[in-house]
Amino acid sequence: MVALTSSPLATGTRLIGGKLVNMAWGLLFLLVLVAGFGFLMLYSAAGGDWRPWALPQIMRFGAGVVLFLVIAMINIRHVHRWAYVIYAGALALLLAMEIPGVSGVGVHRWIQVTLGGMKFQFQPSELMKFAVILALARYYHSLALNVARRWTSLPVPLILILLPSVLVVRQPDLGTGLLMVAGGILLMFLAGVRKRWFIAGFSAVLGMAPVVWYVLLPYQRDRVLTFLNPNLDPLGAGYHIQQSKIALGSGAVWGKGLFNGTQSQLNFLPEKHTDFIFTMLAEELGLIGALGLILLYCFIVLYGVSVASRSGSQFGRLLALGIVSTFFLYVFSNIAMVTGLIPVVGLPLPLMSFGGTAMLTLMMAFGLLASVHVHRDTEVPRHTPGLI
Amino acid sequence: MREDFEQRTLVNRRSFVLFGVKGLLVAAVAGRLYEFQVVDAARYQRLSNDNRISIRLLPPRRGLIVDRFGKGLAVNRPTYQLIMTPEQTGDVETTLERIAALIDLDAGTIAKVLRKTEIQEGFIPVTVRQNLSWQEVARIEVNLPVLPGIVIETVPHRHYPFAGLVAHVSGYVGEVSQSELEGDKVLRFPGFRTGKTGIEKVYEHQLRGTPGTRQVEVNAVGRVIREIERREDDPGSDIRLTIDMALQEFAVRRMENQTGSVVVLDALNGDVLTLASVPSFDPNVFNFGLTGDAWQALLNDPRSPLLNKPVAGQYPPASTFKMMVALAALEAGAVTPETKIHCPGSFTLGDRTFRCWRHWGHGEVSLVDALKASCDVYFYEVAHLVGVDRIAAMARRFGFGETTGIELTGERAGLVPTAAWKRAVYGEPWYGGDTINVGIGQGDVLTTPLQLAVMTARLVNGQFRVVPRLVRHPTGAEVPGFESLDVDAAHLQSVRRGMVEVVNNADGGTAYSARIQDEGMEMAGKTGTSQVRRLRKEEREGRLSEEDIPWAERDHGLFVGYAPLDEPRYVAAAIVDHGGAGSGSAAPVVRDVLREAQRRQSIRWNTGDEAEGSA
Repeated sequence: MVALTSSPLATGTRLIGGKLVNMAWGLLFLLVLVAGFGFLMLYSAAGGDWRPWALPQIMRFGAGVVLFLVIAMINIRHVHRWAYVIYAGALALLLAMEIPGVSGVGVHRWIQVTLGGMKFQFQPSELMKFAVILALARYYHSLALNVARRWTSLPVPLILILLPSVLVVRQPDLGTGLLMVAGGILLMFLAGVRKRWFIAGFSAVLGMAPVVWYVLLPYQRDRVLTFLNPNLDPLGAGYHIQQSKIALGSGAVWGKGLFNGTQSQLNFLPEKHTDFIFTMLAEELGLIGALGLILLYCFIVLYGVSVASRSGSQFGRLLALGIVSTFFLYVFSNIAMVTGLIPVVGLPLPLMSFGGTAMLTLMMAFGLLASVHVHRDTEVPRHTPGLI
Repeated sequence: MREDFEQRTLVNRRSFVLFGVKGLLVAAVAGRLYEFQVVDAARYQRLSNDNRISIRLLPPRRGLIVDRFGKGLAVNRPTYQLIMTPEQTGDVETTLERIAALIDLDAGTIAKVLRKTEIQEGFIPVTVRQNLSWQEVARIEVNLPVLPGIVIETVPHRHYPFAGLVAHVSGYVGEVSQSELEGDKVLRFPGFRTGKTGIEKVYEHQLRGTPGTRQVEVNAVGRVIREIERREDDPGSDIRLTIDMALQEFAVRRMENQTGSVVVLDALNGDVLTLASVPSFDPNVFNFGLTGDAWQALLNDPRSPLLNKPVAGQYPPASTFKMMVALAALEAGAVTPETKIHCPGSFTLGDRTFRCWRHWGHGEVSLVDALKASCDVYFYEVAHLVGVDRIAAMARRFGFGETTGIELTGERAGLVPTAAWKRAVYGEPWYGGDTINVGIGQGDVLTTPLQLAVMTARLVNGQFRVVPRLVRHPTGAEVPGFESLDVDAAHLQSVRRGMVEVVNNADGGTAYSARIQDEGMEMAGKTGTSQVRRLRKEEREGRLSEEDIPWAERDHGLFVGYAPLDEPRYVAAAIVDHGGAGSGSAAPVVRDVLREAQRRQSIRWNTGDEAEGSA
């Protein structure tokens, strides 16, 4: 070793310096670009004002970048070690929402946290999305391929996925719950579970559809019905989709220009700063802007796939792929929703929609992705004694 | 490692497959966008341009709050907003300058409006100013020809015509706070208001109503061309109170320059005719948001204008509590109405001496004499004989120690101490001296003015545990089915006889100077003077007069009374904070208020327009 003469401090500095050089700067650059698009749309949504949306969003993103860099420095061996603990913690928070008094009345999605005199609202379900992926990645990392393919290895991952999903659906947040299940199943697919199980599972779900219909709340049924036939209720639930389509279509190829989206600025468009922000972008910046944004999203996914393919550990691969798959599911679901391809389920567009917890947890997840990139040659022990 | 290699290949292969599927999904979305934005763009542009159908929310009219005779206490009044449509205005800057010359418009607002007009499309209306006065509206209206694109819109606003006179009952409305944003869409309507205190808050859901919708077609410049469909709002229900506003106003004015509470009840059904808290605040000010300074001034005022004293102020009941002690003693058989007790001016228990307010003593006194002259030693003796627990049990039957459940926020329960309570709270045993203090309503006993009125009502209404109410029964009918008081009628009779003497006996009645002299309207009652802090030696010896003591250290004056003497119907309680002796401060207030109530016949109607109640 050459480091015989150097102090531990110098070694540490060199280590951090090395990690910074190796940092996934390209990923961060893409994230900044997309978030920048978001700031612009929030600025426009407020009629050309940094308040009430753009400014807080920028500050959150700033905090997100710091978290990204810090997490990217953490060795994935440690991430691997703590995976189950993080999962258990997120699950405990979700369970806490079931206790009366912890969250608000009616919709149980937020926890109020007071930090240094400031009040924060926090959505445990956002954290859970990525905690599930961490836990699954660790589980499959410990199994040899032939073991992973056995049917006896199915129950544990299924429980890991379904337990939190059921809690989230009960909140009630159907969209997030469904995507949590979808994200988990994609990860099982990537980990090598036999295709026949997916076929069997899919058939079972189709068979269950009538039962699910009975479980849905009236407003959720309405959404499915209006999706199937938007003309049923053009002024009620179908109004959103109808107005969204008009906004999209009238934006045409080049868009109406910033601040000039008549549909958005005249408030025909609901929730333009959250779920329908893509519609607003497509109205004001046209097909060019919309495709440009989609392309940026695709680059981010591609980046994740390439990080995975170069990772030396099964844990790293699955973690990277799980994160970008969940990310992709959200992007796709939101855009498909506002373009009327799937029912309105109330899902935000990652990096663009106004919202604190979603932004911060997403940046943390991308920090993990960057960590997989930085520590691509790190070996992760297959067998660890105990949970930690 | 071969196994590892296999695993890696499988993941990469499946990841590749998945990426392909994702590509297909993206292609589907892109295709969808192409369909909308290229193929059908013309159709959607037409839809967007010349057939913009918009659904607008019509906020519901808020229900009114009226007094028992239908007089409006919280009403809706139009306010005026100045709206500009920049496109029609043309030269925005000049127009704004002209407006600023006519009405109050600060530079910050002008800058904000200018910035908005620059970045927004010209057809989107901009609010230039809210809450214009009549004069300002007139000035703008006259000059409209030189103010193109300017219109004045009316928006209903909550108004409290009596300002501070019933502010603590009506409460006030204010901007919707973040924590209230649950469900109801109308809460997000710009400028919408919800109740923050009082009836406005407690009956928020009845008062609010449900919004209507207006489906309108707007043209290319965003102006409404025609209304397609209109579903009217469902206005909130009006709330009719039991308050007699004229009596309430009389009571507040009577308390002018003083601090305290006046409560008047219908002894039979619990109707609250007056609930006055002085000083007060103007609820209209809260509607448009209060400046920080004004808010601080209200908070820091030593006379606590924001506190609803009749229900949230807690005071030692002092001598007004003696009726409870007397009833407990009669029920326990410790005394009879005829029992005489000697008052030498003080009472000694162990090594402690308790003084009577009359240092030279009252001599031999019976129950009625003791109430009439408010002899302390008599009540020291009987309290000592009966014990605190029986006094507490009696007080509870009359409503002390628990909230009455009146339809207001912030009601306090007061306190009726017992041995168990003291052990639980202070971890100390109950001493004999504690009971002596309770015997004259001092020590740890606490009451609200409303509880005092409720006690008086239960003393005189024929043995029912009447419960006060602020909102009239929908049909106006009497509320039957109060629980029985379960106290011997003869005992109540003795206590009432004492209360009659207090006011009407020229020979030593503590409130004789505050009697009602009108034939048939006479009142009975009980005075009380509660100490704010331990007396100084000079005061005890009468060498220090009231004026020499700082206001905040002076005694509270209390009085409870009822009228008329036969078949009592009106009961009243007044507390004058730091007003000195109850006989000189609170008793005259109750006299005037009870006299006015009878003169006005506040209870003449039981139902809306029906004449004569079933008194």
